[in-house]
Amino acid sequence: MLMETVARWFLDLYETTGINLTIVYDAYDRQRFLSGLGMTIYLAVVCILISIAIGAVGAWAQGSPLRVVRGLVNGFVVIFRNTPPLVQIFFFYFGLGQILPRIEDADGMRVPILTNVQWAIVSLSLFAGAFNVEIFRSGLEAVPRTTTEAAQALGYTRLGVYRHVLLPLALRICLPALNNNLVNLLKTTTLAYAIAVPETLYVSKQIWTDSQNVPVMMIVLLIVYTLLVGILVFIMHRWEKALAIPGYGQGSGR
Amino acid sequence: MSAPPPRRLEPSEAGAPLAVLLPFRPPPPAAFAWPRLRLVHLVGIAGLVLVVGGAAHAQASGARLSALEVIWRWLPLLMWGFGFNILMSVLSMALGTAAGLGLGLLQIGENRLLRRVAWAATQFFRNSPWLVLLFFAMFMIPFQFTVFGHTMPLPDWVKAVIGFSLPVMANMSEIVRGAVASLPSGQWEAAESLAFSRRQTMWRIILPQCVKRMLPPWMNLYSLITMATVQASIVGVSEMLTLTSQVHAAEGGRPDLLAPLYGFAMLCFFLYCYPIERFTLYLERRFQLNQ
Amino acid sequence: MAALSPPEDFGWTPDQPLIRLVDVRKSFGAIEVLKGVSLDVAKGEAICIIGPSGSGKSTLIRCINALVPIDSGTIRVEGQEVNDPDLDKLALRRKVGMVFQQYNLFPHRTALDNIMMAPLHVLKQDRREVEARARALMAKVRLAGKEKAYPGELSGGQQQRVAIARALAMRPDVMLFDEVTAALDPETVKEVLLTIRELAEEGMTCILVTHEMGFAREVADHIYFTDAGVIVEHGPPASFFDDPRDPRTQAFLGQIL
Repeated sequence: MLMETVARWFLDLYETTGINLTIVYDAYDRQRFLSGLGMTIYLAVVCILISIAIGAVGAWAQGSPLRVVRGLVNGFVVIFRNTPPLVQIFFFYFGLGQILPRIEDADGMRVPILTNVQWAIVSLSLFAGAFNVEIFRSGLEAVPRTTTEAAQALGYTRLGVYRHVLLPLALRICLPALNNNLVNLLKTTTLAYAIAVPETLYVSKQIWTDSQNVPVMMIVLLIVYTLLVGILVFIMHRWEKALAIPGYGQGSGR
Repeated sequence: MSAPPPRRLEPSEAGAPLAVLLPFRPPPPAAFAWPRLRLVHLVGIAGLVLVVGGAAHAQASGARLSALEVIWRWLPLLMWGFGFNILMSVLSMALGTAAGLGLGLLQIGENRLLRRVAWAATQFFRNSPWLVLLFFAMFMIPFQFTVFGHTMPLPDWVKAVIGFSLPVMANMSEIVRGAVASLPSGQWEAAESLAFSRRQTMWRIILPQCVKRMLPPWMNLYSLITMATVQASIVGVSEMLTLTSQVHAAEGGRPDLLAPLYGFAMLCFFLYCYPIERFTLYLERRFQLNQ
Repeated sequence: MAALSPPEDFGWTPDQPLIRLVDVRKSFGAIEVLKGVSLDVAKGEAICIIGPSGSGKSTLIRCINALVPIDSGTIRVEGQEVNDPDLDKLALRRKVGMVFQQYNLFPHRTALDNIMMAPLHVLKQDRREVEARARALMAKVRLAGKEKAYPGELSGGQQQRVAIARALAMRPDVMLFDEVTAALDPETVKEVLLTIRELAEEGMTCILVTHEMGFAREVADHIYFTDAGVIVEHGPPASFFDDPRDPRTQAFLGQIL
C-alpha cells in the first residue's frame, strides 16, 4: 500500500519535472538496482576480509629468516602496487581464466573453474592485500624491539609473539592508513564492471540505457557511493575507538 | 604556560611519554639508489617477464607465433597506446593540480561559506569511485562546445582527461589542507606578530614551507592517476588496453595470448610507476630526517 | 596589502603609560584564564611577569598584540585601544615586537632573510636600507657571519637571538618576550639574556614573561606576580624579592629560590 503511494509520487515527479527515478517506481528496475547494490556490498565485504588476511600473513612472512620468502612477498607487493588494477583484473579473468582447465558442473556442462565474480574477488583482494602488507609492515616497525624481546623472554614462539603482541599493537597504529586503503578498495570494486560483474555501476548502466535517464542515475550513483564510503568510514572509526589504547596518541586522553 | 594553545599533538610527542609504541612511520626507510638492482626488483621484473613469456612460450608451436613474437610485432602500436596513457595522465594531473590547489586554498580560507562548500566538494569527489567520475564526465560533458559562434568538437579523450582530473583535484585539495595543517601554529603566530597580513603569511611563510611536504603525496597521486588512465578503455578511448585487445583480435583471438598481452601492459606500467614510487619513498625519508 | 596608513595619534603623550591594562578578562571555554588584570608600563621601563605555570602569563602578553582577543576590559598601547573591533591589528603589531619560546623562525629562509622579510613586505621599505639594518642587527646580537645560515643550522640560543633581531628590525616601541629561554640549553641561556639586558639598558620598553628569577631581579624595573589569573603582588625587584607580602608569593618564591 505504502509502496504504491511512493511509486505513484515518483511517477508524478517524472511527469511533472522529468526526474525519472525508475529505480523507485518501477519494480523491475528497483530489483535490478538493489541486487547491484547487494553485489557491491558483497564484493567489498569479502575483499576487505581477504585483503586484511593477506596483509597480516604477508607482513608476517616479510619478517621471515628465509631470503626467498621475503623476496617473494616483496615482489608480490611491488608488482601489485605498481600496475593498474584494471589490467590485473583482465590478466586474471581473461589471461588465467582462459588458460586454466575447465571443469564439469552438476549438469555435465564444462564451465570455468572460477566465475567472473570470483575472479573479481581474487584480483581485488590481491590488489588491496598488497597495500595492506605495506601498511601492516609499517605498523610493525613502530613497535619497539624491546617489546618483542620482552615477549620472547616470556617464552613466546615467533608466531606467538606476532599473534599475541606484535599484530595487535601494529593494527592499532596502522588503522588510519588501513582505513584509507579499505575505502579505496570499496571504490575499486567498480572496476569489476569491466568483466560484467553485475555490481552497482553495471546495473546502473543497464538501467540508464533502458530508461534514458543518464543524469538522474549519475547523481544516484554518486550519492550511493558517498553513502557507502560514509558507512565504511563510520564502522572503521568505531573500530578505531574500540581498539584505542589508553594513554597513547589521539585515541586517548581527550 | 597559561592558556592552553589550540595545538595539535605531534605524533612523536604523543608517543613520547609511553615507551610502548614508536611513532607511526610511513613505509620503508631504504636509501634511494635505483641504479642498483636488488633482489626485490629482480623478483618483481622476473615475475612479470615469466607471466609474459613463460605462459605463452609453451603454447607456441608450428606456424603460430609465440607470444613474445606477437608482442614484438605490435610493439610500436602498443607503445603508442602507452604513450597516450602517459599523455592523459600528465594532462589530467596538470588540470587537477591547478584546480585542487584552488579548492584546497578555499578549504582553509577565511570565508566560512566558501570553506564549507570547498570541503563538501572535496569530500564528494574524493569518496566517489574514479570510474563513476569518468562515466560522469563522459556523459555529462557535451560532445561539442560553441564559443563565439564556432563549434568546437570535444573528443572523448579530452572528456576522459577532465574525468580523471576530478579525483586528482579532490585529492590535491586534501594534500594542500593537510600540509598547511601540519605546520606548527607558531609559524602563524610569529608571522602575525610581525604584522604580516593573512594573505602575505599564506604566500610568503606557510605555502613555501608546504611545497616540500606536499611533494611525496603529490607524486603518489600521479602514480595512481597514471594507473587509472587504462579505465578510459571502458568508455571507448583508444589507449593501451583497448589496443591490447585489438591486437589480440588481430592475432585471431587465441586465448593463450591474453595472459602475455595483459602481462606486457602490466610490465610497461610497472617500469614507469615503480621508479616513481621509489623516489617518493626516498623523498619522504629525507624529509623525516630533516625535520 | 593596503597602503600603510600614517601612524595615528590617539592623544597619547610620552608622560602617560606606554601600555595600560585595565581589568582584562579572558576565558577559554569554561576556564577563566585572566580574571581582571590591570597594569601600567611606562616608556623605557622593563617589567617582568612571573608566576606558576597556568597562571595566565603567556595569555596576558599575547593579548597585548591582539594575538589573543580579550573578552572584556581595556588594553591601550600608546593610547590605541586593542579591544576595539575596528582595530587595525597590523598597525598595532608594527609597534609591538614579540619573541616566542619556540623561536618560530621561518625555516625556509636564511637568518638574514628572516630579519629582512617583514620590513620588506610589510613596511615596504627600501631593500638596501633594510639589508644594512639587518646586518647591523645580526652584529648587535653577536651573530655576524651567520647571515647565510638557515634556522635549522643554528643552535637554539642562536635562533632565539635571530628571532630577537627579527622583531627589532620592525623598530618596535615595545618588545614582548614570552619565556624566551625556557626551551634553551642552560649554556645558551646566558647569551640570550645578555642580549635582552642590553636592549633594556638602551631604553627599550620590555615586557618579559620569565622563570629566570636572578635575571628578573637584575633587569626589571618592576615585577608582577600572577597566580590563577590575577596579579597577586607587584613592586620593584628589591622589595618584591626580599620582602614579599602575600603568602602565595612567599610560597612561590620559597619553592624557587
